[in-house]
Amino acid sequence: MSGAQGTSQMTAQAAAGPGRGLLLAALVAALFFATGMLQSWTLALLIVNMALVSSIMALGVNIQWGYAGLFSVGTMGFVALGGLSVVLVSSSPAPGGWAAGGPGIVLGLLMGAATIAAAVMAAAKLPKGRTRTLGVAVILIVGFFIFRAIFDPAVQAVEANNPAAHGNLGGLGLPVLMAWPVGGLLAAAVAWAIGKTALGLRSDYLAIATLGIAEIILAVLKNEDWLGRGVKNVISLPRPVPYEVDLQRSQAFLDWASSWGFDPITASSIVVRLMYTGLFAAVLLALIWLSQAALHSPWGRMMRAIRDNEVSAEAMGKDVTRRHLQVFILGSAVIGIAGAMMTTLDGQLTPGSYSPLRFTFLIWVMVIVGGSGNNWGSVLGGFLIWWLWVMVEPIGNGLMTVLTSGMSDGWLKAHLINSAAHMRLLTMGVILLLVLRFAPKGLLPER
Amino acid sequence: MDILNALVAFLNFVFIPGLAYGAQLALGALGATLIYSILRFSNFAHGDTMAIGTVFVILLTWGLQSMGISFGPLPTALLALPVGIALTAVLLLATDRVVYRYYRRVKAAPVILVMASLGVMFILNGVTRFIIGTSDISFTDGERFILTAGDFRSWSGLAEGLAIRTTQGVTVVIAMIAVALLFWFLQKTRTGKSMRAFSDNEDLALLSGINPDKVVAVTWIVAAALATTAGTLYGLDKGFSPFTYFQLLLPIFAAAIVGGLGSPIGAIAGGFVIAFSEVMVTYAWKKVVTYLVPEAMAPSGLVQLMSTDYKFAVSFVILIIVLLVMPTGLFKGKSV
Repeated sequence: MSGAQGTSQMTAQAAAGPGRGLLLAALVAALFFATGMLQSWTLALLIVNMALVSSIMALGVNIQWGYAGLFSVGTMGFVALGGLSVVLVSSSPAPGGWAAGGPGIVLGLLMGAATIAAAVMAAAKLPKGRTRTLGVAVILIVGFFIFRAIFDPAVQAVEANNPAAHGNLGGLGLPVLMAWPVGGLLAAAVAWAIGKTALGLRSDYLAIATLGIAEIILAVLKNEDWLGRGVKNVISLPRPVPYEVDLQRSQAFLDWASSWGFDPITASSIVVRLMYTGLFAAVLLALIWLSQAALHSPWGRMMRAIRDNEVSAEAMGKDVTRRHLQVFILGSAVIGIAGAMMTTLDGQLTPGSYSPLRFTFLIWVMVIVGGSGNNWGSVLGGFLIWWLWVMVEPIGNGLMTVLTSGMSDGWLKAHLINSAAHMRLLTMGVILLLVLRFAPKGLLPER
Repeated sequence: MDILNALVAFLNFVFIPGLAYGAQLALGALGATLIYSILRFSNFAHGDTMAIGTVFVILLTWGLQSMGISFGPLPTALLALPVGIALTAVLLLATDRVVYRYYRRVKAAPVILVMASLGVMFILNGVTRFIIGTSDISFTDGERFILTAGDFRSWSGLAEGLAIRTTQGVTVVIAMIAVALLFWFLQKTRTGKSMRAFSDNEDLALLSGINPDKVVAVTWIVAAALATTAGTLYGLDKGFSPFTYFQLLLPIFAAAIVGGLGSPIGAIAGGFVIAFSEVMVTYAWKKVVTYLVPEAMAPSGLVQLMSTDYKFAVSFVILIIVLLVMPTGLFKGKSV
């Protein structure tokens, strides 16, 4: 795995100084400013907030890929786990949910974990041959039936508990900000389990394995109703900021708005979004500060040494697999935090809305376009690509309307205008290919 | 105890669907494994190549149907298939010219080619949705059967019916023909032999005067044929939707890796291993078990190991087990 510098092409921009970064940042800022001026500031802020969240996801992928050269395409799964943590930590408790079958579910899951642990141990301890194969198989089969026998009735009991409103274990009702670090921890825990099994694999295999894991995590979220209500969704999750209607009712806010001559309704939604922006920006800056510090520490140098030449790093006595596990967990935790933040922003968990194109591969486009190995590049890529992702559709629509204006009304015209919505996938593909080809180190190359 | 009925239920709900699905996966995995062994990267755009190839076939089929041309008892789509393959081949050759050739020239790391294939994946996915939208499309000429459940019941006098849809029969036959052609091509023709040589040892192949451009072009053409055929058969059997095809990437790669990446025989075996495991793990065995055990012991539940939504988990678990136990797959694939 040679990381970002896969091609020998030396591009001119590698020599460019820090001025380049400022210039590009100013250009992207101008895009957002233009959106605010030409369309509306609420829309611009909406894009800014998701761009901040996407930047954090990109940061997580950059930690895995840019620092260590791990080709993991399981981003969507960790984003979804972050979302689940919001439901578990801060949604309102389901009365009677835990009593109905909580202990049974926990016991069942423990049995499942114990089965796998026993099978792994048997595989390690028993002598190679038929005894081992048989022993492991017997442990797995018996364990599976015990697991189902304990787990199934408990799940049925929980899901039967007021299914219209709850039907799940319910949350802890804690402040939603607490869910963010929990999202990171949850993602880290799952990443540990995945890393233990899959990180020894070659790069292509790791990619396929992580792709599968993301789908499995999503399948769990969609089907295990006792956990997060599945596709019935969890709505009206608590917010870390006040509601617009509350602001509009507050006399102090109304006075403030009128003293500046703002329309109170627009002002309230802008203020709420700015509060989110502040929260997200604080998290992003803290994470960037941490990862910059890590990147420039001996640990970061070791990671890059491993990325650039695994064999020689191993010869120097570095435990490559262990470092890979470490960096995989760290990156996944960052993605988990971002996933929790996104669900907080949405105010709901809708497992049906996660798709790998949007939550895995788009994030990868951000990292590659921004510049693998460069944290600020990930942020730049996050902002630029997210703005494009949102704006390509209306731009494409406008373009199609202009292009087809000369055509007579008919199915072809309707089809062309309708399908402009799919322009965004096309655009992202073209951008990715152009960057890979002409600026393989990205907009802000690693220094 | 009613072994005959149990057997028929098993054939009807597990074996025949598994066989058809396995044949579709095997064709998909053959394409992926071929690109891997000759172009040396995992092509993430393979699922979307299948999708766009199927779109060509669907459009042509609609054209044929509107002209009133049909293929007798067989699906009209089979008439459109050769042209669809040709169009897909042209598309893939153009993609290679515009995207991949440059990276081969500069001898980029395989992972850079994988990244490029992500870009191609986005574009093909967008184009597919652009052309045909996102809704489910059925392009069979109505449900047709080789053997209907009713006919089978009246013929055999059994309680269980056995139905074989035309699309399932066509899938298996076409897949067998495609595989036979592929193996004949790889083993007997000069071009096929040069492809195998190129896959085994690129430097040696170049040294002995094999033209790499020709090998690459032929590989893309063969991959187009396999992908379009696999996509069309899958679409005829289960209906077409762009998102499903994108998701097929996972079982296809699982099949290719389980069989041993780079090994054609392995891809076929892997396809059937994955397909049958998926069907068997997610099938509710209640009916079969009820026939087999004494009445008093008949199960009350569905006897389903996992719900159908976890079919990805099945491909995945098999993939992990095989990789941990025999890292090069069932049929000694290669690692680049």
